[in-house]
Amino acid sequence: MELIEAIILAVLAASTPLLIAATGELVTERSGVLNLGVEGMMIVGAACGFGGAWLTGSIFIGALFGIVAGTLMSLVFALMALGLAVNQVATGLALTILGVGLSGLIGAGFVGERITPAAHLYIPGLTDIPLIGRVLFGEDAFVYFSLALIVGIWWFLYRTRAGLILRACGDNHVSAHALGYPVLRIRTFAVMFGGGCAGLAGAYLPLAYTPFFIPGMTAGRGWIALALVVFSSWRPGRLVVGAYLFGAVTILQLHAQGWGVGIPSQLMSALPYLATVIVLVLLSRARTGGSTAPAALGTVFVPDR
Amino acid sequence: MQAHQRMLDPTPNGLHSGESPLLQTLGLTKRYGDFLANDSIHIDIWPKQIHALLGENGAGKSTLVKAIYGLIQPSAGEIRWQGQTIVLSGPSEARSRGIGMVFQHFSLFDNLTVAENVALGLDGKESFKDMSARLEQVSKTYGLPLDPKREVWQLSVGERQRIEIVRALMQDPKFLILDEPTAVLTPQEADQLFVVLERLKAEGRAILYISHKLEEVKRLCDTATILRGGKKVDTCNPRLETAASLARMMVGGEIKEVKAAAGRKTTVPRLVVNDLSLAPSEPHGVRLEHISFELKGGEILGIAGVAGNGQDELFAALSGERLSKDPGTVVIEGIAAGHLSITQRRKLGAAFVPEERLGHGTAPRMKLSENALLTGHAASGMVHRGFIDTAATLKTVDRATETFDVRKAKRDPEAASLSGGNLQKFIVGREILRNPAVLVVSQPTWGVDAGAAAVIRQALLDLATAGAAVLVTSQDLDELAEIADRIAVMFHGHLSAPLATADATREKLGLLMGGSSLEPKEAAHAVGA
Repeated sequence: MELIEAIILAVLAASTPLLIAATGELVTERSGVLNLGVEGMMIVGAACGFGGAWLTGSIFIGALFGIVAGTLMSLVFALMALGLAVNQVATGLALTILGVGLSGLIGAGFVGERITPAAHLYIPGLTDIPLIGRVLFGEDAFVYFSLALIVGIWWFLYRTRAGLILRACGDNHVSAHALGYPVLRIRTFAVMFGGGCAGLAGAYLPLAYTPFFIPGMTAGRGWIALALVVFSSWRPGRLVVGAYLFGAVTILQLHAQGWGVGIPSQLMSALPYLATVIVLVLLSRARTGGSTAPAALGTVFVPDR
Repeated sequence: MQAHQRMLDPTPNGLHSGESPLLQTLGLTKRYGDFLANDSIHIDIWPKQIHALLGENGAGKSTLVKAIYGLIQPSAGEIRWQGQTIVLSGPSEARSRGIGMVFQHFSLFDNLTVAENVALGLDGKESFKDMSARLEQVSKTYGLPLDPKREVWQLSVGERQRIEIVRALMQDPKFLILDEPTAVLTPQEADQLFVVLERLKAEGRAILYISHKLEEVKRLCDTATILRGGKKVDTCNPRLETAASLARMMVGGEIKEVKAAAGRKTTVPRLVVNDLSLAPSEPHGVRLEHISFELKGGEILGIAGVAGNGQDELFAALSGERLSKDPGTVVIEGIAAGHLSITQRRKLGAAFVPEERLGHGTAPRMKLSENALLTGHAASGMVHRGFIDTAATLKTVDRATETFDVRKAKRDPEAASLSGGNLQKFIVGREILRNPAVLVVSQPTWGVDAGAAAVIRQALLDLATAGAAVLVTSQDLDELAEIADRIAVMFHGHLSAPLATADATREKLGLLMGGSSLEPKEAAHAVGA
């Protein structure tokens, strides 16, 4: 019983940064921009988030630092890829390289320091219910926020006019421009939102997951978030399933290694990635028609004036 | 009927149409660097009139309407709306003043529903539910049926245009701009559109109608303004002109008439297609269904049809871009070639001119000589022991330039630097100079000015006279009537039996293009037997 509860808690904790970062990237890609710099924005968010929390002693301010850092990083991307119409793939990769270096520089002074991690919710009675109590009522604020965020984004994309316009920019920027929508401005906001989310997701790691900062602590989570967006075929509902599935496989393979299952550990570590590939194949086979990816994804747009 | 009343223009402008124009441009100029796209153009648009805007590609029609719709800012001059000078900040301001636009390349979103597409073209002041209800009402009022819940990629071209028109009408515009609306329609669909346009005119609206089809303009329009090289040439009443006199004004000179040489003889079959079926390679592609035809030397076969009915897929299957499992489905010069690559088919004497000039027919950023090599490397002696014979490639460019009057800035420029007409002349020339036994050409004069189009059509006729088999796919029925000996129609991946051009009336072709059968009797007979 206790083990199952522990596993579920670990899965939620491992999935939350993926969900937050992937939600941001989903909005960015829905507007037609492919920002491969998620990993770079996350790691800078982690360094700045930890720095903010360590200096002020407030997890909340640390999280804000992470969001601002991620947003500033994404503005560099927006300036290059949208303002100067540079190739988006190259710019995104450069942003990751920049972010990894920059985070080492920013975080150098904080390595080895510790903070008190984000507090968990405690409601007497409810949180004490066996098995589901801590899972439902004993999480930290990031977990609840990530779920509220993805529901909010679903509502925004499919129930608001602004969301419709954002999807339209991702489907066909020439048409959107012809109808008089400011494609580049809309995309800039989408990129900034993606950056803010990536920064927050990065900050989650030293603020709630492990209460210290080490260089390179995002360990490829930004790339997994990117894969999750494709996995979800750009739909918020599937993104939640994907993020938790991925988190679950990651944690389960750790436990499986602990139980001594006779499979090489390298193969077990590869399981989450293997699961992603298999689900992708199944999804693309089940597709009935219509393009799943935003049709204008990754293409440069220069309005003529 | 009440719905209809609400659509009426409340101001009785039509009665005083002699006094002030609805919209005027005064000395409107648009400069791109050194290039004058519009040179002080003056145009008056009156209510209750259909006003044609004529001109060749590059004459400045699109630039002018973009400025009127607020998409670009004029460099000089002014726009007056109901007598007041206005500066449009963007299309949404143009729409709020009562200017609507139906784009030539639709401004639609394939993966969104019809209702969402319409909502994006409006200003969003009403709820989505109210908008959907009004959409249903407007489409019913004007006889333009639409299913608001379907996604655009599932719809035919005609249906897509309906969305554009309904979207424009939902703003209750006083002035509607239509950019080449009939280019993608069957003759019957075009007739239905004209009924709607006449009705809009009767309601007191003004319409600016851009078209290449001069007969259509003569039939529909009250006034015509002709542009040439960015300047206004004339304004006239098209009903008092002939198609030839309008064409002269557009081109600024006579157009050479295309003539078939007398005594053209058909010889042996050079291209035969036997029961060719092919699954589409893309999710939205068309499946080819049991296509069969025989094309003899000295003959031109035309393939008509609305775009997207399998013409691209047929071209790919003939050129070898897509291979067929059964070699016997495509026979070139008596040799089963269905399984052969493009290069092997070229070696058999076939040549191919695809629809898209830049990116398919040529590599845009490569020089003409390099582009000549790209299709000529297999069978034209431009490569010796693996090395490129630069002199031979340049000679091909020079010969194509000379024979087909390709105008370019230097001897060997990049393909992308040529105008559409000149590049097309080069591509067609490059293939014809190889003396092909079989030429498969798709949309030979699409977006090409009248002068270049005449040169290309004449070249195709001459090639057939010299004994080659020519297959021409085109959406332009007039073009096919001019050069083809027989015309077949593609619909949903099926190819009709070819009709002799003399028998192929617009009505018959239109029926086939819409998927109807010409011979219901035959089917009944088959059932009876």
